[in-house]
Amino acid sequence: MAAETLYDKLWDSHLICQREDGSALLYIDLQLLHEVTSPQAFEGLRLAGRSPWRPEGNLATPDHNVPTTAKERMSGVEGVADPVSKIQIQTLDDNCSQFAIPEFTMSDPRQGIVHVVGPEQGATLPGMTVVCGDSHTSTHGAFGTLAHGIGTSEVEHVLATQCLITGKMKNMLIQIDGKLRPGVTAKDVILEIIGRIGTAGGTGYAIEFGGEVIRNLSMEGRMTVCNMSIEAGALAGMVAVDQTTIDYVRGRPFAPGEAYWGQAVESWKQFVSDDAAVFDQLIAVDGSRIKPQVTWGTSPEMVQPVDGRVPDPEDEVDATRRKSIEHALNYMGLSANQRLTDIQLDQVFIGSCTNGRIEDLRQAASLVKGKKVSSLVKQALVVPGSGPVKAQAEREGLHRIFREAGFQWREPGCSMCLAMNADKLGPGEHCASTSNRNFEGRQGFHGRTHLVSPLMAAAAAIEGHFIDVSTV
Amino acid sequence: MRRFVQHTGVVVPLDRANVDTDMIIPKQFLKSISRSGFGPNLFDEYRYLDEGVAGKDCSQRPLNRGFVLNHSRYSGCSILLARENFGCGSSREHAPWALDDFGIKVVIAPSFAEIFYNNCLKNGLLPIVLKDAQVEKLFLQVNEEEGYRLDIDLQSQQVITPGGERLEFEIDSFRKHCLLQGLDDIAQTLQYTEEIRAFEVSRMEKVPWLFNKKR
Ligand code: SF4
Repeated sequence: MAAETLYDKLWDSHLICQREDGSALLYIDLQLLHEVTSPQAFEGLRLAGRSPWRPEGNLATPDHNVPTTAKERMSGVEGVADPVSKIQIQTLDDNCSQFAIPEFTMSDPRQGIVHVVGPEQGATLPGMTVVCGDSHTSTHGAFGTLAHGIGTSEVEHVLATQCLITGKMKNMLIQIDGKLRPGVTAKDVILEIIGRIGTAGGTGYAIEFGGEVIRNLSMEGRMTVCNMSIEAGALAGMVAVDQTTIDYVRGRPFAPGEAYWGQAVESWKQFVSDDAAVFDQLIAVDGSRIKPQVTWGTSPEMVQPVDGRVPDPEDEVDATRRKSIEHALNYMGLSANQRLTDIQLDQVFIGSCTNGRIEDLRQAASLVKGKKVSSLVKQALVVPGSGPVKAQAEREGLHRIFREAGFQWREPGCSMCLAMNADKLGPGEHCASTSNRNFEGRQGFHGRTHLVSPLMAAAAAIEGHFIDVSTV
Repeated sequence: MRRFVQHTGVVVPLDRANVDTDMIIPKQFLKSISRSGFGPNLFDEYRYLDEGVAGKDCSQRPLNRGFVLNHSRYSGCSILLARENFGCGSSREHAPWALDDFGIKVVIAPSFAEIFYNNCLKNGLLPIVLKDAQVEKLFLQVNEEEGYRLDIDLQSQQVITPGGERLEFEIDSFRKHCLLQGLDDIAQTLQYTEEIRAFEVSRMEKVPWLFNKKR
């Protein structure tokens, strides 16, 4: 058999049929659902008199809208203050119970951001296909899984048929070798890559991340990298299965138990690219040269090492790009050539499906311990990615470290990653955020987002501005 | 799905690269559980000077006169001309719903983000990829000529300029067929019910732990 890439293997093992018109039907093992992109899909099902093909092939949890203060969370959906959010959360509950779809409701201890919940529960497993009406579904690719975001019409299609009409992507390998410097994390690796290939650099590709740096990353780190492949334009990012993957999965609630464990592990081990596999594009990155990254603009590709400066539009020859830079500087209230370390921060957000996992909180806490949030920072939030992450952090006493330093310790959800709930930036405020998008208005009307790692966000909270965390 | 065969309309130029879906329809409007009504909030943060609140009547809000959709010369526009990587970011189908609700039926750009591109096709909107130089030329022409219109013909896969120039574009044959006929994806896929069932049975044998509740 010809040598295959990891993506080729995942594709082949889920291909139901290649149709004459060129489209393919791909079998979907798991669909994750949340409250924002599913109501219209369920409504579509109802209007057409259809029912889900395989209800247990889905798993739902509300995350985008849920409030994150303990007070508002105390009385469940009834307690949600925003009436529109409440309807959306209630609608998910109603749809799931009507169609017998497994759901972790807002009050369930397992509730959290879908992309944290799936892997944590062992619902996401190697060799699977996973979709969700959410572009950061690429996160699950960290398990040697084909996972990507889909639109609401496709959510309805997967509900009704358990498959997706799709086409095959091209293969890209991003090979990151060397050793990361201290203070440089998975987040810096992916930001550096996006800075290099641009937000459309991966369009049309399924990206496999490989090399020494990736092999040495924990599953949490790999998820951070895959999570942001969509910010490089690629629907799917993935990492080959190895012992780290298998060790992470073992014993999780939805993972295979002893009866199937041996067989499962055997099957999972094939989900690596063959040595002779050919990629359509190869990108090599020297991991040892990566510095801590900070975005200065309104697109994730507008990123620089922390010791760098805001670019000067005068230096850009391409007219469209020059205009983008000028526009971004204006929106961000920054001037050309300004040092990134000189930006005054108003808020800090640690959380999201990119960096709301236990390892992220541990890293941030390690830097915060015994220190105080700068008096210049108006609000610093830590929002765990899920109930279990929160519980684990509390067992380790991390919540106390954060609280003593002046951070707020919240209930799990998407929170200020997209500010659909009450957590948001005020106009003109600068925020050091561990999330994934610095788009205009994303974290609040006229808010200004700087994407960074949890370590950098923690340091920024203490100092009131960015510092080179690789030197502390 | 609504059919798309042919379309003629006024073109509005949005001279920006990397227009993201947060920009097309900000998150506060995603709380709706319906598919319609997003038009007044299309490009909300650019069209209005104040902060957009879901459910608020937009007719009383202060307009940002500088934003292209508010220029009277483009009123009634139905074709959006944009720069590269249009529709990047979130998977929200609310973006094409908002464009459609506003009256945009065609988006022309040098490149699109994939999920957005797909989402348009599922809603009877036509995203058209043209070469950089062609898009650049269209921008010049739109800026020069008030009331500039284009004819779009899906059957022949052509964009026809007022000067009679015919610009060809590519589209996947399956998607083209669905648009021309206005076909429902699910009904089509359900014709493959037997194939899906057979595949599922073989998958249960290969990876039983995904199907067996007593793992
Ligand atoms: S944390 Fe942010 S990016 Fe992730 S699913 Fe929630 S809103 Fe989307």
